[in-house]
Parts: sequence; C-alpha cells; structure tokens
Amino acid sequence: MWRRILALTIKEFLTILKDKRSRVVIVVPPLIQLMVFGYAATFDLKHVPFAVFNEDRGIAARELVAAFRGSPSFEEVARLAQDREIAPVIDSKQALMVMRIGPRFSADLLAGRPAQLQIIVDGRNSNTAQLAVNYAQSIVKRFNTEWIARHGGSAPPAYTEMRAWFNPNLESRWFFIPGIVGLLTLLVTMLVTALSVAREREQGTFDQLLVTPLRPGEILLGKALPSFFIGIAEATLIILVAVFWFEVPFLGSPLTLYTGLALFLLSAIGLGLMISSLAVTQQQGLLGAFFFMVPAIILSGFATPIENMPALVQDLTLLNPLRYFLVVLRGVFLEGTPFHLLLHQFFAMAAIGAVALAIAAWLFRHRMY
Amino acid sequence: MPPTAAAYQASPHSPAGPGDDTPLQFDQLSKAFRPNGRLVQALDKVSFRVRHGTVTGLIGPDSAGKTTLMRLAAGLLAPDSGSVTVLGKNATAQSLQVQAGIGYMPQRFGLYDDLTVQENLDLYADLQGVAHIDRADRYGELLQMAGLAPFTRRLAGQLSGGMKQKLGLACTLVRQPPLLLLDEPTVGVDPLSRRELWAIVDRLVRKENTTVLLSTAYLDEAERCDEVVLLHEGRRLDQGDPKTLRDRMLGRTYSLSAPNLSKRALQAHLSRAPGVLDALIQGEHVRLVMEEGTRPDLEQLLPGAEDASLTEAPPRYEDSFIALLKAQAQVHGAAPSPADPPAAAPPAAQTANAAAVIEADRLERRFGAFRAVKGISFAVSRGEVFGLLGANGAGKTTTFRMLCGLLPPSGGSLRVAGVDLRHAPAAARSRIGYMSQKFSLYSQLSVMENLRFFSSAYGLARERAQERMRWAMAEFALAPLADSASGELSLGYKQRLALACALMHEPDILFLDEPTSGVDPLARREFWQRINALAEAGVTIMVTTHFMEEAEYCDRLAIMATGEILTMGTPSAVKQHARTETLPDPTMEDAFIGLIEARAPAGTA
Amino acid sequence: MSDPRQRNGSAAPGTFRMRLRGLMRKEFLQIFRDPSSIAIAFLMPLILLLLFGYGVSLDSESIPVALVVEQPSADTASFTAAFHKSRYFVPTTYATTREAEAAMMARQVNAIVVLRRDFAQRLRGADGAPIQLIVNGVDANTARIVAGYVEGVWGTWLEHIALARGRSLAQPVQIEQRVWFNSELRSRNFLVPGLVAIIMTLIGALLTAMVMAREWERGTMEALLVTPVTMREIILGKLIPYFILGMGGLALSVAMAIWLFEVPLRGSPWLLFATSALFLLTALGMGLFISTIARSQFVAGQIALIATFLPAFLLSGFIFDIGSMPDIVKVITHVIAARYYVAILQTLFLAGDTWSVVLPNTLALAVLAVIFLGLTQLKSRKRLE
Repeated sequence: MWRRILALTIKEFLTILKDKRSRVVIVVPPLIQLMVFGYAATFDLKHVPFAVFNEDRGIAARELVAAFRGSPSFEEVARLAQDREIAPVIDSKQALMVMRIGPRFSADLLAGRPAQLQIIVDGRNSNTAQLAVNYAQSIVKRFNTEWIARHGGSAPPAYTEMRAWFNPNLESRWFFIPGIVGLLTLLVTMLVTALSVAREREQGTFDQLLVTPLRPGEILLGKALPSFFIGIAEATLIILVAVFWFEVPFLGSPLTLYTGLALFLLSAIGLGLMISSLAVTQQQGLLGAFFFMVPAIILSGFATPIENMPALVQDLTLLNPLRYFLVVLRGVFLEGTPFHLLLHQFFAMAAIGAVALAIAAWLFRHRMY
Repeated sequence: MPPTAAAYQASPHSPAGPGDDTPLQFDQLSKAFRPNGRLVQALDKVSFRVRHGTVTGLIGPDSAGKTTLMRLAAGLLAPDSGSVTVLGKNATAQSLQVQAGIGYMPQRFGLYDDLTVQENLDLYADLQGVAHIDRADRYGELLQMAGLAPFTRRLAGQLSGGMKQKLGLACTLVRQPPLLLLDEPTVGVDPLSRRELWAIVDRLVRKENTTVLLSTAYLDEAERCDEVVLLHEGRRLDQGDPKTLRDRMLGRTYSLSAPNLSKRALQAHLSRAPGVLDALIQGEHVRLVMEEGTRPDLEQLLPGAEDASLTEAPPRYEDSFIALLKAQAQVHGAAPSPADPPAAAPPAAQTANAAAVIEADRLERRFGAFRAVKGISFAVSRGEVFGLLGANGAGKTTTFRMLCGLLPPSGGSLRVAGVDLRHAPAAARSRIGYMSQKFSLYSQLSVMENLRFFSSAYGLARERAQERMRWAMAEFALAPLADSASGELSLGYKQRLALACALMHEPDILFLDEPTSGVDPLARREFWQRINALAEAGVTIMVTTHFMEEAEYCDRLAIMATGEILTMGTPSAVKQHARTETLPDPTMEDAFIGLIEARAPAGTA
Repeated sequence: MSDPRQRNGSAAPGTFRMRLRGLMRKEFLQIFRDPSSIAIAFLMPLILLLLFGYGVSLDSESIPVALVVEQPSADTASFTAAFHKSRYFVPTTYATTREAEAAMMARQVNAIVVLRRDFAQRLRGADGAPIQLIVNGVDANTARIVAGYVEGVWGTWLEHIALARGRSLAQPVQIEQRVWFNSELRSRNFLVPGLVAIIMTLIGALLTAMVMAREWERGTMEALLVTPVTMREIILGKLIPYFILGMGGLALSVAMAIWLFEVPLRGSPWLLFATSALFLLTALGMGLFISTIARSQFVAGQIALIATFLPAFLLSGFIFDIGSMPDIVKVITHVIAARYYVAILQTLFLAGDTWSVVLPNTLALAVLAVIFLGLTQLKSRKRLE
C-alpha cells in the first residue's frame, strides 16, 4: 500500500514540477506577493502631507510647526495665507491635514490661557485620518510637556504612560507579515489541490486511476501528500524571508509553529480537495478556490480584527481554518506563546481538516461521472 | 485523363494565373513550427492544384501536415515560403478577402454549445453577411439537408457527435461558398452520420458546383473523391484519381481462408510470410496484399494446409496507400516493429475456461429521466474479442464505463471476472486493463515515468516491474523515447504507450474504448496485431470502434442503438442478417446502417 | 467564383453592423445561458459587498480592557467611571497586575490600565500621578487606536476634575480637531466605495480574460477567424456586451452602497457614471490584453487574479495608504488603474465633485484605457500563431 502511495506522490510531484508554468505559479507569485505585501501592507503612516495656515507671528507658533516638520510622520507640502485656501488643498488630496494657528496663539500661550490649534483632516479614508490625528496628538503632547518644563505652569495631576507588549514600536509590519505566511500558504495549497482532481478529470487520467486497484483513500493520500510537502516548503521559505529579510522577531518555538502549520495544511488541503472533487472542469476548480479564499481571507482577522465584526459573522469565522492559524502564527512569532496555550487552535484546525478530508474521500467515490 | 503527379511537379509557375478552373493552388509551400525549441517541418515544398467542381481528398498519416495545409489555405497561418492562391487571391496577403470567399470547417468545429441550432445558424449568417431575405430559404434547405429541421430549438451541446458535425457543416454553408475546406469532418463520427455528411458534400458539388478540399483518416472515403492527394511527413507523396491509384494494385490482392486454422493465427502467420505486404482479417477470411510482382503460392504460404483456398479479390484504395507508405517506411529505415507475438502473455490462474468472463444481465443506466442503457444482456467468454458498435449516443460509452466500474448501474447485474467491479475489493481491479479513447496518460511525465507509475499503481513487485518495463520498452519500441514527455509523442506512439501502460500488470481482460480513432492505417494495423496476439494468448478483449473494418477483427460483436442491443453475433452472422435481394454481399457498414435505419423511425421521434 | 452573393465587399458598413450585431447577440445569449457569467457579474458584488460591508470594520468598539486599581479611592473611582461610560471600552476589574497580564496573554483583554497604590497621593503632588497603560502591540493599528481612546478618556476625566476643583487644568495647547467628509470616522464609508473598484476590476478583467480564452479552448475562435469578420469586430463584440454587464454590476454595487450601507453620495451621479464607464473600459482592456497572451482559461484566470485582483486590493489605496509605501512600490502603483478609480470614488462619494481630484485621475484612466485597448488591437492578429 505504501509503495502505491509513494508512486502516486512521485507522480503528483512530477506533474506539478515538470510543467514549467505550474512551477512558476507556485514559486514566483507568492514571493512577489510577499515582497509587495510586506512593504505595502502597513497601517503606519509616513510623510503624511500637511499644510500650515499660520496667522500668528509669534515664536511659539513657529516652534509648534517645527515640531511637526521635524517628525518623520509628517511632511509639509504647502503654506497657506488665506482661509479659503484650506478647502482646495484638502479637496485635491494635496494635503491630508491642515494645521491652523489663530492670530492670538502665542499671546494666549504666554498669558497661560489655553491656546487653540485647529487640525482639519481629510476623512475620506477614516482610518488614515484617525491615525494622523493620533500622531498629531502625541506631538502636541510632547510640545506641552516641554512648554510646561520651560515656562512653568500647572502640569496635569495625572498623565498616561504607555507600554506596548510584544511590539514596542507598534510596527504594523510585525502584525501583517506573520499573517502573510498564513495567507500565502493557503493560496499555494489551494492552487495545487483545487485543480488537481479537475485537471485529471479533464485529461481523462482520473478514469485511468480509478480502474487500477488503487483505493479512493490511497488516491486521496497521494494527492494530499505532495501538497503537504509543497506547503511546508513554501511556508518555510516565507518564514525565513520574514525573519531574515523583514526582521520580524521570532520568539516562540519552531516546533509549536510547525505543529500549527501541519494542522493548517491538513485543513487547507482537505478543503482544496473537496472543491477539487466537486469541480468537473479546471475553471470550476479555479472559481471555487477563489470563492472560498476571498471570504476566508476577509474573515480571518488578517487585516481587520474579528472582534469588530457583527456577532453572526464572528460565528461564521469559527469555520475558517486561517483564523486559527493566524493566532498561532502571531502568537509564536511575536508573543512566544507556549504550545499548551494554543491547544484550542490546534484542535479546531484538526477537526476542520478531518471533516473536510472525509467529505473529499466520499466525493471521490461518489462523483465519478 | 487525370494528370499525373509528375505533370504538376514539372509545371513552372504559370504567369497567366490559375484561372477560373483552379480555385485553389499551392505553390512550393513550406511551413515549420518550433514547439519547445524543436524544429518540426510541417510542410515541405508542397505544390498541387484543386480543380473546379471536384472533391479532392487530402489523406495521410497523423502529423503529415494536413491541418497545417488547411489553415494556410484559410489564411489562418502565414507560410515560411511559397504561396497559396485561393479564388485568384493570395491567402496570406489578402486573407480577409479569401475568408469572405471560402467556407472552412476546422477539425473541432466551433459550435457554441450553449446556443441553439437556430442561433448558431443565425450567428454565422450574420458573420457571413447573408441578407435577411435570403435566409429563410437557405436555412430550410440546409436544415433539410442535414436532417436537423426538427431540432432547431435544441442546444448545440445536446446534439450527438454526428449531428454536431452536420450542424457545423450547415453553418459553414450558410452563404454557399464556391470553395469549401473541410478538415477531417468525419473523425469520431458513426458510419450512418458519415454517409449523410457525404451525401451533403456530393450534393454541393453536383448542384451548387462547389469545389471541396477535405482531409480524412478513413481510406474508404478516399475512394469517393475525384482526386486524392497523399501527404506524408510534410511532403506530397502521390496524387491522382483514386480509381487509377487503386487499379495499380490490380492482381495483387487476394482473399485466403483456412477453416482449420484460427483466423488470428493465420493472419499473424501470413503477415510475416515472404512476399506479403499486408494481411488483414476480414470476417472469416484473411485479405492479402502481395508485393509487386509476387504471386501468392498457397503451398509456400501455408505449407501443409489442407482445405485452404485462395481467390483473387478486388483491390481497394487503401491497398495502394499501404503499399506506398510501407515503401516509404523502408526507404527511411523506420519499419514498424516486427510482429513478434508478444512475449508469453498471461496464462494466469484461470478457473473455468469456457465460462463467461464478462456477464451483463438486464443492465440498465438512467440519467434522470433519460434511459441511456435499457436493460441489455450479453456474455463474453475467455479469449474472445468482443466488439461494441453503435451510432454516436447509442449508449456504448455508458455501457463501457459501467463494465469498468466507473459508473454504477441503475439496474440489472454485472459481473466482470466473477465480481462486480463497483463493489469488489480494489485488488479485483488488477485483473483488468483499460485504455480510453483519449490516450489518458500524464502528458508531463516521460514515457519511463508513466510506465513506472502504472506498474506501481497496479502493485507490481520491484523485480517484476523492472522486468515488465524492459518488456514494454522492447515490445513497443519505446526505448529511444524513454525520456521524452509523453505529451509530445506522435499519436501513434501515444497509443502504443497507452496500451503498454494498460498491459503492465498482464490483465486477464482488456477494455479498449475507441482505441484507434484518429490513428493512421499503418499504426492501426500494428495495434491490432498486438491485440490479436493477446487474444490468442487467452486475454479477453472488449472493444468499441467506429471503424467497420475493425469490427471484422472481432469474434463477436453487438450493435447498439438508443441504449439497446439490436443484434449480436459473429461478423459473418451480422452481415448475413443484412443480406437482401438487392444487396447479396453486404459489407459490415451496410449491415450497420441497415440495422440502424430500420430502427430510426422509432428512435428519433 | 462568379456567384454574385459573395461579392458583397466585406467593407460595406451594412455588413459591419450585421456582423457586430450577430457577435453581440451571441455573447448575450451565452451570458444568459451560462450562470457563471451572471454569478461573476451580479452575485459576486452582492457577496463581496455584504462580506466587506458587514464583516470588515476598522472601527474598534467595545474593546475589552483590564482595570487594575491597587488601592481604590474616590479619585480612582471617578477615573474608572469614565471608562465605564465610554462606548469604546468594556472594562473588567482585576485585583492584581499579574492576573490582568495573564488575561492579556490569553487574549481576553487587549489592554491593561493600572492605577498604582500611590495614585491618590501623587495626584496631589507636583509631578502628578502616572496612569499606566499596557497594550497588546501585536495588532499595531488596533493598539494605536486603543491608546488614542485611552487618551480621550483621560482628557475627559481631567476636565471633570478641573471642574470639580474649580481651576483650569487645561493643557497649554489644545487640539480642536475637525474631520471633513466623514466626521464620525466610519470606516465603512471609505471601504465600500473602494470595494466597488475592486469588484469592477474583477468583473472587467477576470470575466473578459476567461471568456476570450474559452473561445480559443473550444475551437470556436478558429471558426470565427475564417469568416469575414475583422479582429476589431471580434474585440468590439466582446467589449460591448461585457461593458453593459459590468455597468449592471456597478449599478447594483452603487445602489447597495447608498441604500444598504448608507454611504453618502455627495458628488453627481452622472460624473460617477462617466468615470466608472471609463474605468470599466480600462479593466475590460486589461482582460482582453491578458487573453491575447493566454489562450487557456486556466492560465488566463491565474494571470487575471495575480495581475489585477491582488494589486487592486493592495496597491490602490483602498485600505493601505499609498503615501506611506516605499518609493519603489509607489512607482508601481501608477500603472494600477484601480488606484485612480479608488481616488475618484472616495472623492465622489464622500467629498463631492472635486475636479482637482477627478480630472487628473480621469485623465490617467483614459491613458491606461487607450494603452490596453491599443495593445490588444496591436497584438491580435487574425492568425493562429
């Protein structure tokens, strides 16, 4: 039996790797995506373009503007002289933010009265807007502290001190890149499995397989094993790039990570083979994989937190293996989460994998025509 | 007086132009392709003319360049050198005008499966710019001709293969083109539909004065052409009136029968006898084609045979084709592998010898409300070659898939090698071999890798697998190609490899589903030599085919229509069945068509 | 040869119209008979919009936080009360920091707020009392938003104290923030218009690339090519039906955006219609161009997904801010049509007819449309090679 499965595995490897096109498809796009994703997918703002409308000639106002200009998060793109210039500069997206300093700003400040700084942001992308406001607030907060230190005045009776665990500089790349490991692993296993049975059906070789003494279970294993090894290899490559190129910290144990990876591959392969045995043509297989992957990615917590979703949708995510794998990935990478704290995730992925593989095996036998 | 081949080669480019009498002319046409960096010379300096108002047949083995030639004539490809003149225009430079003048039906005609018959016709009428007032008449005529009038609202995808071909032809003809190019219009089509397609072509030439160039793999069709051009490896090998070409073989063809010998042993013996160019089983006889200048001598051919008889038989066009190709093969030194009987095929642990190996009892298959197979019963015994014939959509393939365990029957019982393959343990499947019509091999894998895979899939032990692989390499002359990807092999070699893979585990029963469709006559002969040898060694063979000639090779055959078996028996018995006053000596094709037509009124209603 | 019927020159305008109409009718019949085209054009926008509209939100509400008050007093009570009042937080009180940290490890809370034992005492000192905030930094974006919210709570609480003590505790500089176009900072308002761009990319590119490849695969292309149709007619015959289908999908998406997700449409519907039509042309051009390279549905599908969908998703500014990307990636975004369309859509929906945004982006779209359609025209020959 093992000899037959070995033969199937070798055959599957050869069909995938001998074809130049499929060789390219499983190696090149994931790497390109990793690079582009790695650099493009970030919520950290840099060089936010802002314009200044300063009606005050005092030094204090100039110091405040200088504080903004000196921050790597902001970049001054225009200096406005009139009120009516504000709208065009925001409307045209030339500046994301306008800081407006009234004529009595310095005077108020020196007199110990609260001085108003007006900040106008473009809310078309509300997330970016909110982040820009947060950045501005922290600059003003620092300015205030220094001002009180130099000019006296009443410090607030309480102040906040923030510490961020696991990611002290709050780099969102550290959050996204482990997620990409999961995303691309899913993509590759789907591409390899979802089309494999459909391709054999179209070429007529599936019939040829079914008339041999091979059992459906053996054919299933023969299809699953190569995808499994390809998935492991691909994920390893991506993990190495994440750690050594993007320098994302890796605090946990590789053993924990690979346990999660193996179970995730099991569930992804099961789902892929399920789609594959349902599809009659490769096109259906491709569309099926696509229709599965888009929701799987959106509802995995990859870019947006699952807690922000409505309760019903949150329940739906429980069926999504990527959701669990992302927890494992981020935990092992950034938090160094020990094995036993991830048992729940492991169990969930194993259950999804077992059910999906069982259904796929059943479909192999019963969808022969 | 048909012009000889030499006359064409000698003729220089006529500056006066071909004139109205030559709607199609090829001049020194060459075309090469470069798949994966290899250079393949598809056409090499081909020149010939097609005369106005005739049917010219383009024949040749697969990969001879027939399709390339057709595409060049239609302006779909640009030649490397030489030119094609179509209706007085250059097919390359003025391709749009050429396309506006001709009708062309590609091998896989582009019918839109999700459009109805009427909608397909409308589309091509629009594309060909047929005026609306002319349409009603033309449609009526075409639908009548193609026998599609009752089905105008049916989706093209739901038509049978033969009907699709006829609709494709009708779409090509919406505008009454003066020149018609048909690329293998009859491949994979049953004899009845083939006959109907030919009736349409004949009518066109006779009534509408159309010129037709058509390529075909069926050599009996060549005889229906006014002129035949034989292509081989990109070169024009021969050209002329098929009757003249056929008559060259006069006096070289014989029919031999020896009731005491098995016909397969007889054929195998004769095909290796000196002076014999070709030996074919035909019912109870063996048909012989002798080498030039050799008269057959019964004593020499069959020493000691007692009641053998030898009579002269009328020659066929196919005989001259085979003679030419075999001569060509000898020139090139690439003779087909010697017809040694395959090394000791399985005298496997058989229980009952005479007992039926395949038994079907009231076998039935329904798809929804449609009954594809309506309770058929038959039995095949060990060592028998059993043929399953029928029109497209008669239920052959469905029956076949049920026998192989690929499709569960809806009713009735089925036993193959004593078990139902659908429920039997997987090991039972190791007793059958299966070869499907599409040569289903892993095209990316090399020849060696395919053989290795199938021997493992059938669970052969390591030493035995090695031994069988050596056997396959030698027997099928695959050794020089061991490392080439199987997808790049020529059709003939693909078929050899497919058979080799199906035989790795020495099965007791071999299922062959249209094993030779699209394969040229030489490769077909070689294939059947192997099958005959296997049958002699006790392997049971179940085969479907559209070639009536191959039906003659069977011990028994069944003809199916609309899911039922119409008749079953030996080839002679089936032919006897069709004998009438007017047709004292019916061919297998006559018998087939007679049976189906007798059935038709009930079936198509 | 002398049959007069076939001499109707193929250049006559009447036959051009007849051929084009024939091709278009065929295409429509196929669209309506093949459920997968309809599914891509109408079902996909529906599902994707519902998924994104309801499933994706960057607005964190009801964030679970741990409150650790080492020595409760009246001051700490007023501070924790502020947390309980905030709609952004669901606070849970823990007795010790250790317990709270365990809860954070187990992902039960996203942040911990600690008020030390000497909080009340230092509150009256000169340096003030520290409020310790520990956030889980794994999701940096959420962490930053949480920190911002905590600052907000802290600010309100300060004012409250100031009022109670009867003296100003105001900071020297106070920020007065105004968010234009989307004052409640609803992320759905920018995600939904961006999503329309993604869907249009999919409909345009994926659908046309696949249907063109299907003609090659099924051999229907060869039969079309030998008729007197020109390549331009074949391209137009594909372009027009899928353009109409795509506009249908667009209308559905816009209707859902306005009435289901209540995204305001402040610009003119006509401008939206016109720019969308232009973008659709670009997307269709991309699809047709892909199909001239790939003649199998499988390859065409893969190229379309990799070359159009993912870039549209990542590099269009739909979620991720283009300005913050590295320069090289920024350069790449310029060839992505979705980038311009996302900018137009977000502006038309939320800001209005701002010509300074609409005009340059429309121009860029037009250039891309011309390039793609021109390349397709250039690359398509009536030949099989």
